[in-house]
Amino acid sequence: MTTAAAHAHPESFLRTYVFSTDHKTIAKQYLVTGIFMGIVGGLLSYVIRMQLANPGQSIPGYGVIGPQQYNALVTMHGTIMIFWVAMPILLAALANFLIPLMIGAKDMAFPRLNMMSFWVFFLSTVVLLVSFFVPGGAAAGGWTSYPPLSGTAAYSGGQWGVTLWLLAVALEFVAFLMGGINFITTAINLRAPGMRLFDMPLMVWMQVAAAVIFLFSVGPLIAGALLLLLDRLAGTGFYAPAAGGDPILFQHLFWFFGHPEVYVILLPGFGVIAEILPVFSRKPIFGYRMIVYATIITGILSFIVWAHHQFIAGIDPRLATPFSITTILISVPVAVILFSFIATLYRGSIELASPMLFALGTLAVFLLGGVTGIHLGVAATDIYFHDTYFVVAHFHYTLIPPVAFGFFAASYFWFPKMFGRMLNERLAHVHFWLTFVFMNLTFLPQFKLGFMGHQRRIVTPTFFEALRTPEVEQLQSMATVGAVCLLLSQILFFANVAWSLRRGEKAAPNPWRANTLEWTTPSPPGHGNFDTAPVVYRGPYEYSPPGRSEDWFPQNLAPEKGAGS
Amino acid sequence: MGTAAESGFREATEVPTGRLGMWWFLASELVIFGGLIATYLLFRWRHPEWGAESVHTINAAGAFNTLVLLTSSLTMVLAHAAVERGDLARAVRNLSFTFLGGVIFLVVKVYEYTHEIQEGFTPLTNLFWSFYYGMTGLHALHVVGGMVAMMVVRSAVAKGRDPQRVEFVGLYWHFVDVVWIFLFPLLYLSS
Repeated sequence: MTTAAAHAHPESFLRTYVFSTDHKTIAKQYLVTGIFMGIVGGLLSYVIRMQLANPGQSIPGYGVIGPQQYNALVTMHGTIMIFWVAMPILLAALANFLIPLMIGAKDMAFPRLNMMSFWVFFLSTVVLLVSFFVPGGAAAGGWTSYPPLSGTAAYSGGQWGVTLWLLAVALEFVAFLMGGINFITTAINLRAPGMRLFDMPLMVWMQVAAAVIFLFSVGPLIAGALLLLLDRLAGTGFYAPAAGGDPILFQHLFWFFGHPEVYVILLPGFGVIAEILPVFSRKPIFGYRMIVYATIITGILSFIVWAHHQFIAGIDPRLATPFSITTILISVPVAVILFSFIATLYRGSIELASPMLFALGTLAVFLLGGVTGIHLGVAATDIYFHDTYFVVAHFHYTLIPPVAFGFFAASYFWFPKMFGRMLNERLAHVHFWLTFVFMNLTFLPQFKLGFMGHQRRIVTPTFFEALRTPEVEQLQSMATVGAVCLLLSQILFFANVAWSLRRGEKAAPNPWRANTLEWTTPSPPGHGNFDTAPVVYRGPYEYSPPGRSEDWFPQNLAPEKGAGS
Repeated sequence: MGTAAESGFREATEVPTGRLGMWWFLASELVIFGGLIATYLLFRWRHPEWGAESVHTINAAGAFNTLVLLTSSLTMVLAHAAVERGDLARAVRNLSFTFLGGVIFLVVKVYEYTHEIQEGFTPLTNLFWSFYYGMTGLHALHVVGGMVAMMVVRSAVAKGRDPQRVEFVGLYWHFVDVVWIFLFPLLYLSS
């Protein structure tokens, strides 16, 4: 496996596996940390779901749960899944592994900065995990940490939980800024000779777009978090109305970042799909440039939709209509991307291999997430749906497609490149269908619960008379059965990985007959990636080109002399 | 980090990779200060009475510090120009002058803080002073960061290594300077 690199350049164990500057090793470090945090976040959701189905009963493996603990669990589940699972896996791991390989570079532009980025991220992970065990428990003010709940120790249940949360998130942001600057610079400057911007695989475009969006949106929240920290530690009153401050200000700063963040996570997921669909349809991607332009427009629009999270927060009502309009508007470029993906399939020779299954699953699930977003983006309907399970169902339907389905699609697709072995295909199919069915069983009932007016973030729903009906209990039980089965289904994936790492079929350099440059390297690639520096002659998606016996045309294959094109 | 070219990396756009990285880094810094300044401005419009507070800042000290930072930016440019001509000794000397400018800036800032706190204007006095200490404090941290980076670059250039980094640390220093150009009128002069 990675020993190929060690053979080529004999370096110490520490340099090769721990403080490595090799982008592939750093990608694996992010991947392992992200997966570990995914297991933590998944176990938290198990406790949450068990409580909701059987309020007040002892939960196997956890015990009885109190309101403060429940709030902490919900807060940490959200925080971990967004910042410590979606970000490290979809951005850091995939971008680190793929950008240099896809553009024909030996490594990132700043390898040492890259290493530092991971270790700052690792530190942030430790700080966040430590916060579970401090007096007063972990942060419990929601993953958005609105003041006044997060503003003083008196409201947040303890001095340390929220303070460590803020510190961990700040470190995480620093890590991803370092990573993002690296991704952008690398894609701009380290492209192989012949590769123009519009020859880059869409994955690279999407990762760069995500990094740029992150970079321009996170600053105000860093400033806002600094002010919140000063409120907590020094006793200033930036968010305290009694001192002349304004708690709504934090909501603006948070969502100015928080909404673009949705696209920061979504776009790399779309990137995965864009790479997989052409390979398993044996067709060029439909509307390559259209997808790039739509991505850029999505990125720009994502900066002017944030107040749709605050329709009932007491913002000026005149703001509601403009923000409703921009929110509906952003669904246009996103729909352009989705329809281009669907059009890619049209009359292709489709092979339902495991990466393709998960890519198609992403599209199917995301469609429902996107459509229900319209209910929440329009102020008139959002006022009813706000803070109900409809919102919970909606954002799980939008984020599980890129984060979970996208990650699995990417795993089944690039695992051979990363580790040099194929995953077991039959096990992968079972894993897909179980994940797909149980994901829907978990979250479809929550749309219904939201329609019925079921608020979220309440520890004991049966406390309210309106929620003490058999139908509510039935729907909650369905969701819990779905969630537990969904979590258990993931064992198949880990079993597959564990088995394949040792016993899997050895992977050829290009097992999927794909065009992009990463498939021209050995599986796994050694230190420096390419044996000879690649030269690029064409775009990344030239499948089934006319007048060629093979149905793919690698980017680096020199055109035959005398042949027309 | 400027070693990218030496280690054989390609520069597809002919812009040095280090300069490119620095500009993106500055973009990320810009939105941090941008968010903070926008927040302050929104509050400032809502509180016209803050004008009476900013009278208690020491305008002369602020003006002097503006001059110090502008002069240090000049010596920074001279350092860069010296590198372009290949005169590394002169570049090192100008980096030292720039560093000295940072030291003077911080000394004056410490004098101001001391004076203001003795007058009874602490970070907790009211929201204006919270903003004053918060924003100038964050800026001062950036000055310190720039000075540390400058020392690292200076000691490398003194040994004849990585002279191209003078330009990158210079970009950063000018940015810190520009932020101060915004903070000075907003916090000191807006009475």
